[in-house]
Amino acid sequence: MFGDYSLGDLSSIFVMQGFAGLILFSVYVLMALGLAIIFGQMGVINMAHGEFMILGAYMTYLCSGFFQTQLSALFPAYFFVAMALAFLASGALGMLVEWALIRHLYKRPLDTLLATWGLSLILQQAYRTIFGAREVGVELPSWLIGSVQVTDTIEIPINGMFVMGVTTLITVGVALLMYRSRFGAQVRAVVQNRAMAGAVGIDTERVDRLTFGLGCGIAGIAGSAFTMVGSTGPTSGQLYIVDTFLIVVFGGAASLLGTIASAFSISQTQSTLEFFLSGSTAKVLTLLAVVGILMLRPQGLFTLKVRR
Amino acid sequence: MTRSKTPVVNDNPFMKPMEWVSLALLVGVIFVLLPMLLDAFRLNLVGKYLTYSFVALGLVICWGFGGILSLGQGVFFGLGGYLMAMYLKLEASSVENTKIQSTPGIPDFMDWNQITALPWFWKPFESLPFTLLAVLVVPALFAFVIGTAMFRRRVGGTYFAIITQAIAAILTILIVGQQGYTGGINGITDLRTLHGWDIRTDSAHNILYFVNAGLLVACILFAQMVKKSKLGRILLAMRDKEDRVRFSGYQVASFKTFAFCLAAVFAAIGGAMFTLQVGFMSPSFVGIVPSIEMVIYAAVGGRLSLFGAVWGTLLVNWAKTSFSESFPELWLFGLGGLFILVVLAFPNGLAGIYRTHVEPRLTRRVKALEPAPAVALPHAAE
Amino acid sequence: MAEDKGNGLQSALRRRLLMGLAGAPAIALMPRMSFAAAPPTSAVNTTGLAVTDTEVTVGILHSATGTMAISETGSIQAEKLAISQINEAGGVLGRKIKIIQEDGASDWPTFAEKAKKLLVNDHCAAVMGCWTSASRKAALPVFEQYNGLLYYPTFYEGLEQSKNVFYTGQEATQQILESLNWVTKEKNAKTFFFIGSDYIWPRTSNKIARKHIENVLKTKVVGEEYFPLGHTQFNSVINKLKLTKPDVIFTDVVGGSNVAFYKQLKAAGIDLAKQTLLTISVTEDEVDGIGGDNIAGAYSCMKYFQSLKNPNNEKFVAAFHKMWGEKTVIGDVTQAAYLGPFLWKMACEKAGSFDVDKVVAASPGLEFKEAPEGYVKIHPNHHLWSKTRVARALPSGQFEVVYESPDLIEPNPFPKGYQ
Repeated sequence: MFGDYSLGDLSSIFVMQGFAGLILFSVYVLMALGLAIIFGQMGVINMAHGEFMILGAYMTYLCSGFFQTQLSALFPAYFFVAMALAFLASGALGMLVEWALIRHLYKRPLDTLLATWGLSLILQQAYRTIFGAREVGVELPSWLIGSVQVTDTIEIPINGMFVMGVTTLITVGVALLMYRSRFGAQVRAVVQNRAMAGAVGIDTERVDRLTFGLGCGIAGIAGSAFTMVGSTGPTSGQLYIVDTFLIVVFGGAASLLGTIASAFSISQTQSTLEFFLSGSTAKVLTLLAVVGILMLRPQGLFTLKVRR
Repeated sequence: MTRSKTPVVNDNPFMKPMEWVSLALLVGVIFVLLPMLLDAFRLNLVGKYLTYSFVALGLVICWGFGGILSLGQGVFFGLGGYLMAMYLKLEASSVENTKIQSTPGIPDFMDWNQITALPWFWKPFESLPFTLLAVLVVPALFAFVIGTAMFRRRVGGTYFAIITQAIAAILTILIVGQQGYTGGINGITDLRTLHGWDIRTDSAHNILYFVNAGLLVACILFAQMVKKSKLGRILLAMRDKEDRVRFSGYQVASFKTFAFCLAAVFAAIGGAMFTLQVGFMSPSFVGIVPSIEMVIYAAVGGRLSLFGAVWGTLLVNWAKTSFSESFPELWLFGLGGLFILVVLAFPNGLAGIYRTHVEPRLTRRVKALEPAPAVALPHAAE
Repeated sequence: MAEDKGNGLQSALRRRLLMGLAGAPAIALMPRMSFAAAPPTSAVNTTGLAVTDTEVTVGILHSATGTMAISETGSIQAEKLAISQINEAGGVLGRKIKIIQEDGASDWPTFAEKAKKLLVNDHCAAVMGCWTSASRKAALPVFEQYNGLLYYPTFYEGLEQSKNVFYTGQEATQQILESLNWVTKEKNAKTFFFIGSDYIWPRTSNKIARKHIENVLKTKVVGEEYFPLGHTQFNSVINKLKLTKPDVIFTDVVGGSNVAFYKQLKAAGIDLAKQTLLTISVTEDEVDGIGGDNIAGAYSCMKYFQSLKNPNNEKFVAAFHKMWGEKTVIGDVTQAAYLGPFLWKMACEKAGSFDVDKVVAASPGLEFKEAPEGYVKIHPNHHLWSKTRVARALPSGQFEVVYESPDLIEPNPFPKGYQ
């Protein structure tokens, strides 16, 4: 297929294709990070993860409308406010859900799956009632639209780079929080041995609630960022859920590094295959490869030794 | 999970008296009450729901007894349904019926996709016996491959759930994408006759309803047999303390694979009966959403109760239909609420409610009537 | 059945009363009686449909919930508007239309199930409904088996013709061929790149487009790509677009993927003012979600756009906005859904009956001159003669019509040479 093209054309395409893969990678990391915390650290199967993301997207939608009509001077900067609000809204809802629902189910992880599935149905219908069944269009500030001309033939989309930036920041933030802060130490202690953690004076209930809220809040940020590349509608969240779970499981559930590694390998595979094959085939092959590898190596890429 | 606290009893009747009563009740409702009360349309609906209860029944075995939650039962339901639909479609695509096509005699969707000859893997489905055999064997083989691969490596619990979910997603994309061979997103539609017998008439629906109900009862009895056998008890033991069973020298993986295969076969029977009664099959039964909904049926009925699975399926679907008829815009709230309620308040579902609130009273009555019960019947793990 | 007998009895009574009155001079003084003198029920309904002396029941069957609710809401609104207008004008054969609405829940068997309910339990005289091909395919055998009547609003892939269905949207050749001719002539297009969602409608549409491009226009298709429904990452295919540099990007991506595709296209620096993009899947409804800015400059080919300038359409848009709010947009399918109740009413009146067989027999050749799209005529193959239009998307979310086929295009659901 490359016979007709000049070397220069091809090399710029490969550069752009590399960026396409990186953007997909960032999207996957952002999707999976919240779940990696909730599923990986707490063992809760949160099927409503996609709905938490969409809550963030709707917050962004509301924000863009508000800034456009009330504070049009600040419109170019609204996206940052929107992301903060998305984090707070999804995080608050997450903590509420943890208190009302999840905390009763820690001993029955498979049941969290059913309960959160019910929750996701309720949230979807709530979005539909509040925002209408149709997809809403989120207005973007003009500086986020378009692409950077690197050379004559290489163009990199700005929103893609923005997503990459957000992903990097949040990943670093989460890593610091989990591995360098007191709170992170408590979370890891609770994961490894709940009873002992409680015995040394850690308020495990509080840690649980905050961890769940944090995971949901990150989902909210992800949803907010995705308004730039994807659609926002009551059922958009379901599009992400399978991919997200596979990334987390493939990475080895309890390892943040694993999540990143798996997001990287899956996104690069998919993006490369998509370039050489058709979209549907690429998707099926990627998923098959992931499932195949998981059958051979069920613990995922990276594992954390945990005393059970 | 409720843990069995009762020791294994030696005198182990096939079914306890109360279970016979449950069976009689179920048979009475399905075979007598519903056909008497409902018109042909509603009865056909109930028939459709009952096909889902095959899946729920399978889930009771592999999830309730075996502790393996599969979120991909739609795959097996779909396989059964598609295999059946292939036979019916070939029969409906006679040269006579399809003379408008550029290649008469092949299914319409193949013609639309420029396929000019029947693909090789469709050929055997011209035979009814082969189809019926395939409905049972293909899903079992598929489940066997998945099960062996995963259980040997001790994949369990949540991982298994997520991997089966991914398999359901893959199969849906495949079916939708390979529309020349599968009918794509529209599925295989416009099925007419089974070996020359028109399945679209009311009388055919009636007969199929009873065949379906009969098969269901047969499956329940078979499941009960499994449950009472040594195998069933090993399954229960495995669910509760897998390592101890393994250290006792049992091949844990084989038992799990068996439970998973059995669940797959049940689901496939349900799928085949679904195709027969509804008249088409589409990828919307293969994916993640239907697979999870089927788990919910089992959960609502009580994941440990074979009869509960059937009642749960009927209840949820009845609620779904009537909710969506009277409040089309609100039924998801009701449905979502139901799931949460069941998980939080009634983890053992309908069967749990029955066992804690209804059965004790009934048993007292029965005992009062029969002054000399042979043995005080202990409540086993279920 | 019992209900049927009751009607017969009632109307027999009525008839006798009317006969008694016939000689009375008073009747001449009451011109308004023409409404009340509706034909007796026993005459207009011989097959046990839900028709009384004052009412006739019609079903609406769309998804109010689930993923398709996004698209089908507009159709529901249009059908309700049409029915309320018909009722205000005196109804059909002197009877007001009573609506029974059922939710297909974006689930195909539910469509079949509810269709059966509407026909068997509710005895609906006609059903306005279905949206996706899959839902129609699921419900079609039900309509054929129980001899119901379905008015189907969506533009679709063709390859179907049923006695019991009227297709008020365009079939694929009507929509596609004229626009390909236009783009070849107007933009001097030589190469095409197809991008679609992976299911039957895009695949069939692209097949027809490819045959037309290769065999009739003698130009080239340089790429054809399909993505699973709901796919949201298009950067790789956008790079392929940059590599192959087609004259025309021809798209039939649907649903949430649509939104993602156009946003990413714009972000990747493909300027639709310079790059010709022709889509057959974007109406005003979709632009709402995509955002006018993201798709401005793309060409869409449909038979109807909200911005059409004609008195019928202005009246229709005003009425629609009055009923459903100023902000609601009206897309091609919404307009096609609006036609259904009127076409049915005209056929009933021509047939002088609600009986499905008579209504079907009376339909071919019916002309609807008040259609917002201008003028339509029912073809004997149950599709509509209609014009095709190409319009450019504006940042406001509306379209500006740049081309209109001079004549009505004949529907041809089984196009020879395109299969």
